[in-house]
Amino acid sequence: MHMADALISPAVGAAMCAVSAGLIGYSSKKVKDAADDRKVPLMGVLGAFIFAAQMINFSIPATGSSGHLGGGMILSILLGPYAAFLVMASVLVVQALFFGDGGLLALGCNIFNLGFFPCFIVFPLIYRKIVGDAPTKEKIVTGSLIAAIVGLQLGAFGVVLETVFSGISELPFSAFVLLMQPIHLAIGIVEGLVTAAVVMFVRNARPEILNSAVRSKPIGQISITKVLAGLAIAAVIAGGALSWFASANPDGLEWAMFKTAGVEELESEDGIHQSLSALQKKTAFLPDYGFRQSEPQAAPEAASEPAWPAVDTGTSLSGIVGGGLTLLVIVLIGLFLRRRKVAH
Amino acid sequence: MNNIGKNYLDIRYMDTLASGNTLLHRLDPRAKLITTLLFIVAVVSFDKYTLLAFVPFFIYPMALISAGGLPAGYFLKKVLQVSPFAILVGIFNPIMDKEIIFHIGSIGISGGWISFLSIILRFFLTVTAALILIALTGFNAVCQALTRLGMPRAFVVQLLFFYRYIFVLVDEAERMETARSLRSFNSRSMRFRIFISIIGHLLLRSLDRAERIYLAMRCRGFDGHIRLIRPIKLGWKDVAFVTVWLFLFVVFRMNNIPMRLGELVTEVFR
Repeated sequence: MHMADALISPAVGAAMCAVSAGLIGYSSKKVKDAADDRKVPLMGVLGAFIFAAQMINFSIPATGSSGHLGGGMILSILLGPYAAFLVMASVLVVQALFFGDGGLLALGCNIFNLGFFPCFIVFPLIYRKIVGDAPTKEKIVTGSLIAAIVGLQLGAFGVVLETVFSGISELPFSAFVLLMQPIHLAIGIVEGLVTAAVVMFVRNARPEILNSAVRSKPIGQISITKVLAGLAIAAVIAGGALSWFASANPDGLEWAMFKTAGVEELESEDGIHQSLSALQKKTAFLPDYGFRQSEPQAAPEAASEPAWPAVDTGTSLSGIVGGGLTLLVIVLIGLFLRRRKVAH
Repeated sequence: MNNIGKNYLDIRYMDTLASGNTLLHRLDPRAKLITTLLFIVAVVSFDKYTLLAFVPFFIYPMALISAGGLPAGYFLKKVLQVSPFAILVGIFNPIMDKEIIFHIGSIGISGGWISFLSIILRFFLTVTAALILIALTGFNAVCQALTRLGMPRAFVVQLLFFYRYIFVLVDEAERMETARSLRSFNSRSMRFRIFISIIGHLLLRSLDRAERIYLAMRCRGFDGHIRLIRPIKLGWKDVAFVTVWLFLFVVFRMNNIPMRLGELVTEVFR
C-alpha cells in the first residue's frame, strides 16, 4: 500500500513531505536528547532486520496468500516511538530509492501512513494502554492485534484521503474506502498476530529485552498535543504556500471528496431530508454514480478545457503527429549520447 | 536461489551501477537530488488529462540513462515490477469517467482512459527518475547530500547504519530461509509457527549483533557522534546541470511542445 508519485498532486505531496520532515526533525531531536549511544547501532541494525524479515513470507492457510512482518509496531515496542519512527522512515527511503516503491514526492505520504500512525498514535494510545507495565500473554496478544488493525486502518485511510485530495485518480471517496479498509482489516489481523507471536517469542527467549524497552521511559514519553500542534502548523504552512499551485492547475486540488459527498446537493435541501439523503449517500453509494457523472462533471470539464487542448477533434491529429516527432527526437538524442559515450 | 537472494542482488546491482565514472556520476549529489525532485514536481503538477505534454519529459531519463551508461532494460523491468498499485488505483478511471473527450478517426476515447494512461506515464517517469538518481549517485552520496541540505544528523546516521547492515541481515535471513527450505524438501510455503521462530531468531541475532557493534564502536572511541568527513563541492558543472534541466522543465511545463510541433507539421502538409 505504498502511495505512488503518479497518484498525488504537488500540493498534497509537498504538504505531506513537510509534515513528515517535521516529524523526522522532532524525532531526531528527541533521540539525540535521550543521548543513548547504544541506540545508534541498534536502530540501524533493527531497520535492516525489518527489511530482511519482510522478505520472508509465510503462507496463510486456506487462502493461497502470504503474510509478513509489518514493522512499525514491533519497532515501537523495542525502541520506543521516536526511534521507531526514524527507523521506519529510513526503511521507506531505501525502498523508494532502490525499488521504486512509492516515489520521492510520495515519500512524505508513505512515512506518515506507515510511520506516524503506528509509532505516534497506535503504540502509545492503544498498545501501551492495553499492555501496561505488567505484560501478560493475553494482554500482549490483544494489544498487538488491536494496535495492528487500527494502525493499518488509519494508514489505509491516509492513502485514501491523499489519493482523493490529489484528484488524479477518478475513484470516489466512498468506493475507495470500501476497497481499502476491508483489505487492510485482513492484513491488520495477520500483522497483529505476527507481531504478538514475535513479541511472545522474544519474551520467552530473552525477557530482559522487553523489560528494558518498557523501562526506558524517557524516550517513550510523548506529548501528543505538541506533536499534533506541530503537524497542524506544518500542514497549514505547506498548504498555504502551495495553494497558488492549485489555482494554476484547476484539477490538481479539485477536492473530489466534496464532489462525492455531494455537498452542493445537500446544502439546497433542509432538515430531515438532508440527514436522510446523507444516510442514503452513505449506504447506497453505487447507484449514485450514474447521475453524478452527467451533472457536476460538466463544470470541471469546462474548467480543464484550456489545459487539454486536444478536446476538439481537429487538433487530435496534430497532437499525435507532434507526440511522435518529439519522441523520435528524444530517442535520437539518447542514441547520440550513447554513441558518444562508447566512442570515448 | 530464493526470492530473498534476488531482492538482495537488486541493491547490490544498483550499487555497482553507482560506482561508474561518467560525467554524470561525478556530479555533486546535491545537484542530482535537486534536479530529480524538480523533475518529479514538474511531472506531477500537470492536470489529470495530460498525455501529450509528458512526451518531452522522456528526454530526462533517456539522456541520463544514455550518458550515464545505465542499462535501460533493467530500469524498465523494475518499473513494471512495482506498477501494480498505480494500475489498480488507476484502472477505475476508465470505469468512472466515461465522457468522450477525444477522437482518433471515428473511435471515441473517454476521459477515463486518457487519465489512466496519464497515471501510467506519470508513474513511469517518476519511478525511473528515482531509480536513476540512486544508480548515478549511490546511497552514501545521497545521504551526504541530505546532510548538506539540512536533514537532521540523527536521521542521516540512521540511514547510513541501516544501509550498511541491510547486506549483513539479508544474508543472514537468506541463510535461514535456505536452511529451512532444504529441511522441508524445498517447499516454498512456510507455516506460521516456523515463520515466527525464524523471524524471532533473526531478531535475537540482530539484537546481539547491535550490541557487539556498539561495543566495537566504543572500543574505537565512539562518543555518540558520527563524523561524516567527505567534502563535496558545488562546481560550475553542477550548477549548469541543475540550471539547464530546470530551464527545460519550465519550458516543457509551460508549452505543449508536441502539440505545437504537430500543428506546425500538419499546417505544412495542408
